[in-house]
Amino acid sequence: MKTVSTSPSAEVRASRQEKQRSVQRARMRSLKTALTFWSFVGPLILGLTLFFYIPIIWSVVLSFANARAVVLPAGFVGFENYREMLSDPEFIHALGTFTIFAVFIVPTTLFCALGLALLVNSIKFAQGFFRSVFFLPTACSYVLASVIWKMSIFNGSPYDLADTVLRWFGATNVVAWLSSPSPPWYWLVLVTVRLWLQLGIYMIIFIAGIQDIPRELYEAAFVDGARRGWQTFANITFPLLRNASIAVLLLNVIAAYQAFDEFFNIMTGGNQILARPPLVYLYTVALGNQDYGRGSAGAMILTLIIVVFTLIQGRFLGFGRAD
Amino acid sequence: MAQPVSQPHTSRRVGPSTGKIITTVLRYALLIILALLFLIPFYLIVRNGLATEREITSPNWTFFPSTLHFENIQELISDPDHPFMDGMTNSATIAILQTVGQILVCMLAGYGLARVPYRWSNLVFYSVLVTLMIPFAVIFVPVYLIVSFLGWVSTLQGLVVPGVFSGFTAFLFRQFFLSFPHELEEAGRVDGLGYWGTFWRIVVPNSFGIISALGVITFINSWNAFLWPLVVGQDQSAWTVQVVLSDFLNAQVLNLHELFIGSALAILPLVIIFFILQRYIVEGYKQSGLKG
Repeated sequence: MKTVSTSPSAEVRASRQEKQRSVQRARMRSLKTALTFWSFVGPLILGLTLFFYIPIIWSVVLSFANARAVVLPAGFVGFENYREMLSDPEFIHALGTFTIFAVFIVPTTLFCALGLALLVNSIKFAQGFFRSVFFLPTACSYVLASVIWKMSIFNGSPYDLADTVLRWFGATNVVAWLSSPSPPWYWLVLVTVRLWLQLGIYMIIFIAGIQDIPRELYEAAFVDGARRGWQTFANITFPLLRNASIAVLLLNVIAAYQAFDEFFNIMTGGNQILARPPLVYLYTVALGNQDYGRGSAGAMILTLIIVVFTLIQGRFLGFGRAD
Repeated sequence: MAQPVSQPHTSRRVGPSTGKIITTVLRYALLIILALLFLIPFYLIVRNGLATEREITSPNWTFFPSTLHFENIQELISDPDHPFMDGMTNSATIAILQTVGQILVCMLAGYGLARVPYRWSNLVFYSVLVTLMIPFAVIFVPVYLIVSFLGWVSTLQGLVVPGVFSGFTAFLFRQFFLSFPHELEEAGRVDGLGYWGTFWRIVVPNSFGIISALGVITFINSWNAFLWPLVVGQDQSAWTVQVVLSDFLNAQVLNLHELFIGSALAILPLVIIFFILQRYIVEGYKQSGLKG
């Protein structure tokens, strides 16, 4: 409490006290708001600090350090880890593998998902049934799909499904699906696994986009003489699916960067070097060789590439804006 | 394009034209072929899982095993080389804990960010948004280092806890709560409820749809996760069913009928969930674009 001088009138004194009290009350209220806020948001922020921010900072530190089999830095080496990673042919090859994979998988997924969505959306009877069938693989894991693809479809032995079907058409030799460097049949295997698992999700996104397009647009187009089919698709459906398409495209690219499960399980042993994406390589460096310095540097390089893609995505999708 | 106005007229008078019938038939034919292609993997799991090793590896394709060998299940469960039942138990425990934990933590955070008028609320929200840019899989090495520093390798908390804090789920909950009707919350305020009271008594009971949608997707992703359980669950006792199957797949000795019956059992809970909760899964994917 401030000492009040004798001169001011009682009225002024009272108003000053009132003001002070209200300031105090406001402070109490804002403290209470802060406590309420943190009681809601605190657990998440604590967890993100511990399992997102600290790991990344720690990793940045380790990426400049020598850390073999220890998680604390043992002497700093400057950019040595980065230089080693970026001049490591295997890491570069892994990034290249990703690029090839993305070039195969992204446009294929986009066109197949859009086609599937249009096809399913165009029928009336049993639409729900077909949607369920195409969506069902989302319940499967990559490991499970790898088991089926590697052991029962593309095994490279006379009893697998692909070779059986080829035999019906007169083939006599068994195809080495996974182990032949050229022709690189393993890409067929890896791409079809992912298509089977993911098409359903992207189809759902496209169907939601198609159903958001106002009916009146088509009616107006028909009045203006447009024909059902290609014309309405090219002038109405596709342009209005632009956002959905960009979303699917970039989600797909980012998902391709994270490819691990099916490569790890299908391309094993000597076949691994044929197609080893970045995460599988990092797994080998960090957990196989326990070289946490180089592993961290690799993770940071990959993080940087992904952040660039996500920022592009954010520009298109307007992430964070409340819509 | 020649007679734009007359076209709808004629089609209305004549009814479906032959061209239209043909395209419809073609569409259904194409859909049926595609549906069969999509179902082949499920067929293969069941076929191989209920067959004998010899039937699977015979070059003469049998459409379905002549007798169904359900004893494969018994054989798999009692196989000392592959801890299948432990894997199932671990997967179920992890998926349930992770789903409950993630929904609870992220729902609370989403509500706080959407509704509590805290001075620094926006700044905190941006710190959550930053985490959306970097997928968990990409920073598995850094997170593994922390987890191993904490001594959590091959423990339940190491497998569960890092997956609980999802900025994305919190973001989706925030977006949902922003559009939650204010009047309902006001009613609670009038009744003397604070933020907590309003949240538990009014908001949560009216958010069943989004909780189910995000919950079921979290559960599926958690059950199907492979990279993190592989990295952290190093002891055999901490293997999830996905790691068990992967180890089985790459084992020296081939044992296909056990591998496939194992796969069938591993997917069974999810197929059941899928058919019961499909509506929510679709809704969840629509809202989140892709969560994975």
